[in-house]
This record gives sequence, structure tokens and C-alpha cells, in this order.
Amino acid sequence: MSTAATPIPGAATPSPRPRDRRRSLDRFGDAALRAVCVGAALLAVVILLGVAFQVAHGASPAISKFGLGFVAATEWQPNFDAFGAGPFLFGTLITSFFALLIGSPIAIAIGLFLSLLAPRGVSGVISPLVEMLAAIPSVVIGFWGLAVLAPFSRKHLEPWLHETLGFIPLFGPPQTTGLSVFTASLILTIMIVPIVSSISRDLFLSVPRDLQDGASALGATRWEVIRGVVLPSTASGVVAASLLGLGRALGEAIAVALVIGAGADINSSLFKTGDTLAARIANEFPGAITMLHKASLYYLGLILLAIGLAANLTAQWIGRRFDYRKAVAR
Amino acid sequence: MNETPFDPAAPLRPTGNLRRRRLVSHVAAYGATAAAVAAVAVLAIVVYTVVSRGAAAISLDFLFKGEPDGIGPMLVGTAEIVAIGTLMAAPVGILIAVYLTEFAAGGRVDRFVRLTLDLVNGLPSIIIGLFVYGLLVDQRSQSGFAAAVALAILMLPIVARGAQEVLVLVPGSLREAADALGVSRWRSVLTVILPSATGGIVTATILAVARAAGETAPLILVDSVWSGNEVSLDPFGPVPNVPVKIFRLSEEANPEALTQAWGAGLVLLSFIMLAGLGARALLARGKRRMAG
Repeated sequence: MSTAATPIPGAATPSPRPRDRRRSLDRFGDAALRAVCVGAALLAVVILLGVAFQVAHGASPAISKFGLGFVAATEWQPNFDAFGAGPFLFGTLITSFFALLIGSPIAIAIGLFLSLLAPRGVSGVISPLVEMLAAIPSVVIGFWGLAVLAPFSRKHLEPWLHETLGFIPLFGPPQTTGLSVFTASLILTIMIVPIVSSISRDLFLSVPRDLQDGASALGATRWEVIRGVVLPSTASGVVAASLLGLGRALGEAIAVALVIGAGADINSSLFKTGDTLAARIANEFPGAITMLHKASLYYLGLILLAIGLAANLTAQWIGRRFDYRKAVAR
Repeated sequence: MNETPFDPAAPLRPTGNLRRRRLVSHVAAYGATAAAVAAVAVLAIVVYTVVSRGAAAISLDFLFKGEPDGIGPMLVGTAEIVAIGTLMAAPVGILIAVYLTEFAAGGRVDRFVRLTLDLVNGLPSIIIGLFVYGLLVDQRSQSGFAAAVALAILMLPIVARGAQEVLVLVPGSLREAADALGVSRWRSVLTVILPSATGGIVTATILAVARAAGETAPLILVDSVWSGNEVSLDPFGPVPNVPVKIFRLSEEANPEALTQAWGAGLVLLSFIMLAGLGARALLARGKRRMAG
């Protein structure tokens, strides 16, 4: 395909003047188009590298002051120049973990429903609705969480969980506002379900019909077909989809900032306030005055960038392996 | 296993193990259905809350006046920065898509660029905010232009991947026909290939606009210092915008501010939903045309 860029030999050989000019114009046009396109592609690469460089550069004062100990340090007191990422790293991991724990089974179930169980007409209506959930801006979801979900969770969900599962330290006594790690996890769940479910729906649709029919013909029930054929053949893709959802959950700033309550300590109870890396940056960056405060927030960003890139790269890597296996099987 | 003699005339009824297996299957199917219903219910609850609480705020004054009565300048400002962002992201995204399909298809470079796009797509938006802050705002001042750059970075992978997906669908026969007529590559790209993929490219761009319009995190870092009582048409100064306004209002305690926040949320959400529906309709039409 790329060789077609060279002009066809003989196409313009009997060369009167205007044709010659046209040919040189074409040669120039081809080269220019190619150069512009290459430039655009390079720009994408430059942006990615630029982001990594800029964030690391902004963090460098904090890096040279605190070193790697910053990652685990648990003090965060801007007035005393004491900074550590511990509570936020903890908050980020725990909210994303619970969001994924609740969200990915639901999302996979939705994917199964839309691809294999629902009649075509029904899935044609529900699919766009689920995708619409992903389109709600994070500030709107977060505001809804603050005004509706947090009071609800304070009044109903948290007391109920505390009563039934209170012997586990995770489910401590509810606090007064409902702004908690738990509420943040629920909001993140709502945000990742549509992403994971639409990817897994497409994966399940790609499982060859013959395999499923074969299992059915052997007497497998609907569930056994799913359990024995559909899920195993798409497992790595589903894991990749969940990791993409995880990447989204890790980096969500605004929605989390609105519902998590901006606490700066590590609690075993999910019903206490906490904070995440992204939410802390969104909350404090505009008001950060000292250079060290800003640099420390950049350092939080650098940690977030590293985790986020790791999640995304792993997802790509697993997804690619999935593609490869599919290509071999066919 | 079964002690009773085989009776071919008896009605077929699942027993024992088979009954259990069927039960499991039904429970699984109901569970999956319930999950889908739950997702739609959450959407319905969120949309209902926004509409019912926001409708009270909507009035002509709210849409056209500045602070403290309305969000007019923020609406103009959001349109402004999203438009500038689109003007930056769309051409670059389309060129990347052309590069991927026309010049580098299937090769190692192709995979590398696509991986890069996916990683840019996966960047947390707050990180993009930090990047643009360091690049354009630090030591200078906040600006709508910086906000537009941040939104453009968010939109770029959406436009590029969306455009690439439609460019791949352009029939090879078109390219071959152009080649056979001795049309040079750049002419065939500009006059044959891109025009036949216009619908899909527009769809991808609309989706990117819908995503960018509601993005808040980067704007808080690079474009959040403004008074918001008059329209600002200078992109190199701070430009009022809707998402930051909602974020600020949501942290206030008085009920009027909250009503305004719901109202602004309603306006934003309606725009995004309409854009999404429009993009979907356009895509469906394009698919039908490709198929027919």
C-alpha cells in the first residue's frame, strides 16, 4: 500500500509542460501530505512524553526534598511543609479496588445480558442507555453523589452494612455526612460499569456462534455455555477491560473530590472520610501557594501517572495477547 | 441412576441434576438481567434528579445573564474553549488517522502510534491539567487557551481512533480506482478517501466534543479564576466555563446556589445527551449507507 505513493511509471511520460508541472506538484503534494501526517503522529508521541516530563519536572523539588520516602509517608500538613502520599495512595487503591470488586461482576453480567441473553430489540435499547451512563460528566455525577447518594448511603446503606457485617473492621460505625470512602467507591462503580460492560459485550459478541451451538447441542444449559465456552475464551479480554476500568477509576478526580470528604488519614473503616491522589490535586492545587506544596501535588500526580500507565499498559498487553490467540484460533 | 422403568409416553420433566442445572441457568440469566436493569435505573435516577431539581432554575435570565443570576458567560465560554479545542484536535486527529490507514497500516509504527493514542486516552484528565499548567499557565496566567489545549489533548485520541475506524472501512476499490486513474496519493486522500468517510469522522468529532464539554478536572487547574459576570471573548485571558461553575456551586451551602448548580448541570447534561444521540443517529445512517 505504501509503494503506491510513487507515481505510476509511464503515466505521464509524453511530457508537455503543464503535465510536468502537475507531476512535480503531485510529488510535492505526496511528500507534504506524508510529512504532515507523520508530524501529527509524532505530535501524539510528543504529547505523551511531554506529559511525563512535565509532571516529573514539576515534582522535582519535592522529589529532591523527600525522595522515595514520600510515597509511604503519612503526614500531609501544608502549613508545616510536611508532605507524604501515603493516605492518598491508600485511598486511591482502596476506592478503585472496591469499585472494581463491585463493578466488574455487574459489568460482565450486563455484557452477557446485552450480547447473549437479551432479545435483539431489548439490547438495542439498553446498550445505548448504558453507554449514556458513561457520558454523564464527572462533575454532574459527583454533585449527584454529594446531594443524593451520600445522604442515602448515610441513612440506609452504611447503618445496614454496619449492623450485618460490623464485626469486620471495614464496616465501622457510619459518620455524620455520608461523605466517605464507601460513597466514593460507589460513585466510581457507576463510572466504570458502562466502560467495562460495553467492552465485554463486544468481546462476548465475538465468540464464534458455532462453539456456543456445539455446547448447546451437547446438552449444556445457557449458563453452562457461558461458563464453559464464552467466559474461558474471552477471559483475558475481560481482564483487560476491567483494567481499563481500573485506570479510569484511579484517575477520576472531580467526582471523587465531591463525595470522599477530603480526609488526610488512613482509616480501616470504609465509612470514614479519605482522599485519593487525583482528588487531592483537584482540591488543593488551585489554592497551593508555596512552591513545595505545588511540587508535592505534582509528585502525587507523578505517582498517579505511574500507576495509571501501568494499568493501561497491562490492559493493552493482555488485550494484545487476546487478539493474538484469536488470530491463531481462526 | 433412575429406578423407575422408562416410560416413553410420560411428559418430559427435568429431574434431579438437570433440574438443578436449569435452576442455576435461570438464576444466572435473572442476575444478568437485574444487573442491566440496575444500570438503567441508576441512569434514570441521575437524569431524573438533575431534571427535577434543575428545571426550577431554568429561565431566560439564567441562560443569558451573568453572575449572580445566570450562567450566560459560562455557556459562551464553554462553547469558546470547546470550539478552539476542537479546531486543534480534529485536524491533527484526522491526520493521524490518515497516517495510520494510508501510510503505516499494519506495520510496527502503526501499532506503536495506536498504543500511544490508547495511552493518551487513558491519561487521567487531572494529569493533563497538571501538564498544561506547567506548560502554559505557570509563571503566566490562567487562560481559556490553556483550557482549550487541555481539552484538545483529551479529544485527540477519540477523534483519531474514531476516524481511523471509518477510514479502514473505506472500500479498497475506491483507492485502487483512484490509483488506476493515475491520481496521486494526496489527491486521492483529499478528494476521494476523506470525503467518503466524512460521516464517521464527524461522528467521532461530536463524541469527542461531548466528552470535552463536561470535563472539569483540567479546567480547575488552568481556567478557574474568573468573575463570570460578563462574557469574555479573549481566549488568552481566563474564560468562564460551565463545569468549573458547577463544581464551585456544589460546594456552597445556600439552597439557591445548589438550585443553580442543578440548572447548570441540566444544561450541560442535555447538550451532552443530545450530542451523543446525534452522533449515534449519524453513525447508524452511515452504517446503513455503507451496507446498502
